[in-house]
Amino acid sequence: MRRFARLFDTLDRTTRTNAKVAALAEYLTGAPEEDRLWAIALLSGRRPRRVVASARLRDWAAERAGLPLWLVEESYPVVGDLAETIALILPPPLRGEDRSLAEWMDWLAALRPQPEAAHKAAVLEAWDGMAAQDRLVFNKLLTGGFRVGVSAGLVTRALSQATGIEAPKLAHRLMGDWTPATTSWDRLILSEDPADDLSRPYPFCLAHPLEDPAADLGAPGDWLAEWKWDGIRGQAIRRGGELYLWSRGEDLITPRFPDLAPLADFLPDGTVIDGEILAWDRAADRPLAFARLQTRLGRKTVPKKLLAEAPARLLAYDLLEQEGTDLRPLPLEERRLRLDRLLQQLPAEAPLAASPLMEFGTWDELGAQRAAARSHHAEGLMLKHRASPYHAGRRRGDWWKWKLEPLRIDAVLLYAQAGHGRRATLFTDFTFAVWDGPELVPFAKAYSGLTDAEFAEITAWVRRNTRDRFGPVRQVAPQHVFEIAFEGIRESPRHKSGIALRFPRMARWRRDKAAAEASTLTELRALLDLYG
Amino acid sequence: MAPVLSFTPEGIYCPAGDFHIDPWRPVARAVITHGHADHARPGHGSYLATPQAAPVMRHRLGDIRIDTLAYGATRRIGAATLSLHPAGHLPGSAQVRVEVAGEVWVVSGDYKIEPDGLAEPFEPVPCHAFISECTFGLPVFRWRPQAEVMAAIDAWWAENRAAGRVSILGAYSLGKAQRLLAGIDAGAGPVLTHGAVEATNEVLRAQGYALPGTIRVTPETKPGDHPGALVLAPPAALGTPWARRFGPASAGFASGWMQLRGVRRRRGMDRGFVLSDHADWDGLNTAIRATGAERVFVTHGYTAVFRRWLESQGLDAGIVATEFGGEETEGEVA
Repeated sequence: MRRFARLFDTLDRTTRTNAKVAALAEYLTGAPEEDRLWAIALLSGRRPRRVVASARLRDWAAERAGLPLWLVEESYPVVGDLAETIALILPPPLRGEDRSLAEWMDWLAALRPQPEAAHKAAVLEAWDGMAAQDRLVFNKLLTGGFRVGVSAGLVTRALSQATGIEAPKLAHRLMGDWTPATTSWDRLILSEDPADDLSRPYPFCLAHPLEDPAADLGAPGDWLAEWKWDGIRGQAIRRGGELYLWSRGEDLITPRFPDLAPLADFLPDGTVIDGEILAWDRAADRPLAFARLQTRLGRKTVPKKLLAEAPARLLAYDLLEQEGTDLRPLPLEERRLRLDRLLQQLPAEAPLAASPLMEFGTWDELGAQRAAARSHHAEGLMLKHRASPYHAGRRRGDWWKWKLEPLRIDAVLLYAQAGHGRRATLFTDFTFAVWDGPELVPFAKAYSGLTDAEFAEITAWVRRNTRDRFGPVRQVAPQHVFEIAFEGIRESPRHKSGIALRFPRMARWRRDKAAAEASTLTELRALLDLYG
Repeated sequence: MAPVLSFTPEGIYCPAGDFHIDPWRPVARAVITHGHADHARPGHGSYLATPQAAPVMRHRLGDIRIDTLAYGATRRIGAATLSLHPAGHLPGSAQVRVEVAGEVWVVSGDYKIEPDGLAEPFEPVPCHAFISECTFGLPVFRWRPQAEVMAAIDAWWAENRAAGRVSILGAYSLGKAQRLLAGIDAGAGPVLTHGAVEATNEVLRAQGYALPGTIRVTPETKPGDHPGALVLAPPAALGTPWARRFGPASAGFASGWMQLRGVRRRRGMDRGFVLSDHADWDGLNTAIRATGAERVFVTHGYTAVFRRWLESQGLDAGIVATEFGGEETEGEVA
């Protein structure tokens, strides 16, 4: 654990990619094989579910440290991380032990089914034998909150350095539904057999946002354009007679979409399709708003009513595998041709269609179509070079996302709360309001978009201009105006304003505007009527 | 009877002796605990401090009227009896003891309990009322022994030397920088200093504080002039063109705030060393108990929380609003 805690510490504190890769590669070369496998699992988001609620952990730590609970609660917002707060308040260890990461993960798995009373004794015992820096990682594993800022690409690079195997190959091997309990270092990483996991998806090809004018991309005829749908990017895999649906977050989501199950009958074996899962409006033959799909996501089983009201449909972008052959090195144009041919054979009732390609002769023509994206419930356009292979991960040059400009509104800062993690002693979580007559109505929360210097400045201002406190939340003088940018707007009975925004963030601090000049609820409602 | 000390917009005030302690607005007579800018401000009619603190104050504040009082010596001012006692914060730093008609109040200034080998070690002063700082008044702030932190800095420096990198260590130019100089294995390689640090070094050396030799960084200093050097610089110099002149380097920062992972990450340093010249949670509690005081006033830091804690421990506690650097100047004072 000591070694893994040190790795975590290095990854956590450096922002330099090379330093992260070097630390990871060193771990993946030197640590015992079971630990390496666990490290990869944890760093790629395959962390075990919570074993102990963090509130319990906090209670036990307060008791062990001989501190009143309120004092621990007051310390938490300063630290900004409960697992860390607990690690810091616990008394020094009574024994010095160092069990391996794999041993601790087995220990966790064995603890899970036991009654809570047993949890407490076991956790206290574990803390007693553990150095302070190990406790942080241990607490995060216990509460299911283990996260560290390394991308999948970075893990693959490090693994490639450590093993000498090419990164794209490793990226593919690491995909899918494995845990250290179901595989081994040899089988997962070193084995050459591609057929040993039929459900394994390909790494998704991702695009960078287009920041330069589209005309800089060259001849329009070299590019394919299609809607950038606002749904769930996914892969449909039909292998060995089974259908597997993967989301881009590498979750196996097949059971969530029983309405897509017939794809197992419609698609030939050895087929992998990249596409977007959308809730479909059958009458209008177009997607429903993302919010309708969202209502299905939180559920393990989908009720009949929802299946009828918001049926799922897969709009296919790309064909990655056909008759068991990996098509990714082929040019997009060729893959698309094969996709269209394959889908033409499907009956009309199949919940699958090709995502339509835009017809355009000039970039201006395409730009005009993009402007209408919102009315198609799309976020903008995707531009893909006709000759492009299907890359693993995010690569600059061949694919671009050309999103719509966000919607904007000027709002008054009303409440502020301290952030977490690296933003712990700063106020970064804000609630914004618009005018409804003489009243300010809160309508959105935003956390991002300001520079560090701006956050520091507003933090100093909040401290001096706090009107009231509600726990960690401070009400401030209604004085500062911020331009809030967002991607979508919809009606929401759950919010006081009756409105919910998609991806709100602070686009600009409007120092030039007084609070009285901020937008009104009427203006917000007008946006809802237009785009909701 | 009027209280021995009262709290005014100018700062802490003694009516019986008509003087202020560490006032933040200009007053006629100021007793100063130590030379940091938030405690020793310009513009007072006259200053009183320890003889050890006076040279740095003259260096920083220029032509001031300053009188000195040795640690432990007493002076009658009006109806008050005043004495200064080591606070362990930095060389020359003091706690201020004020006695009026048998009632004793003590102002801690900034202090730490652990002897650092350079500053005159903290001495508990029995009193009826104690005005204590509480910059790090939460139980998440617990320091490791100094020797352990210095060994970690030595190891980091050695690692950088072996890798052909310069080590740039951010530390407050008065106090922390000299404590580091005295505490690390300074003979292991060349030690370079930023002008602000070196100016303080010179003042303290002239007073007889034993500091190892250092090399001042000048505009002529070029990368590669001092391979494997350790550079001591004020935090504000880190990440600037000044700090980039040394070529490949690893940046570290020594401060109590480095205890928090969030702050470490925000600072973007390669290494954070938890080393503070303020008392940690246990230090504050130990110091307060040792005074035997029944009344405790807390200033700068997590005052509301710390006051509630003291009250739960059976003490009569209050908060003094001050304009000393605290939460908002994180990293600069600690």
